Amino acid sequence: MKHTVREEAGVVVAALSGDVDLESSPRARELLLGLVRDGRSVLVDLSGVGYIDSSGVASLIEAFQLARRAGTGFALVSPTPSALRVLQLARLDRVFTIHATLADAL
Amino acid sequence: MSGPRAPEPGAPLLRHRFPARAVELRSVREAVRREALGQGCAPECAADIVMAVDEACQNIIRHAYAGRGDGEIVLEIERAGEDLVVSLRDFAPPVDPSRVRPRDLDDVRPGGLGTHLIRECMDGADFAPAPPGGGNLLRMRKRISSGQEKR
Repeated sequence: MKHTVREEAGVVVAALSGDVDLESSPRARELLLGLVRDGRSVLVDLSGVGYIDSSGVASLIEAFQLARRAGTGFALVSPTPSALRVLQLARLDRVFTIHATLADAL
Repeated sequence: MSGPRAPEPGAPLLRHRFPARAVELRSVREAVRREALGQGCAPECAADIVMAVDEACQNIIRHAYAGRGDGEIVLEIERAGEDLVVSLRDFAPPVDPSRVRPRDLDDVRPGGLGTHLIRECMDGADFAPAPPGGGNLLRMRKRISSGQEKR
């Protein structure tokens, strides 16, 4: 897994790419929790994620719940079909705010 | 292992023994995907099998071996008619199958999704009786779906 973090229109965009799996999800977790703790609204760009497993999804849930408690924004952007399928199987497509494109999210 | 070794007409298509560590799972996923596609699975069908194997391996690594780094997993894929049968054998203390259950999805929390994903992705997933020598044996079955007829 690789990631980049940038700012667009006052929002932090964290783009994950590659495989978010049992090996890499602790890094995704630390990244996303850190960004949420900074108090900014966070968009997680999943357009480069080829594979995400339950541990990766758990990292998204944890960051989402932290943001909700803090009252800051947290949403997912452009999940690949495989990432969206995992979210749908876990019934999380109804829990997360999911934007089709970054332009939609900003 | 003891007992007669009869010729095996149904020798596995794939047999892979690997350390029960997170770093191994990427190559396991690639091997499973290649085999599933080679057996005629559509990419979506292969992706489901890959996800189920990955999640089941995670359960073994995290729960059966409880993070111990020295365990091993044996993966086998066999063909049974129009099904692919995936077996995962570990050598950890026996798990209680009744404790390996999908959780209530309305309870949104970070853990416990893996077993649910396995059941969603496969047509069957059950622990077989404890194999000789101990450990656990999970068998999962998936009907091969080509997605569309090619001829």
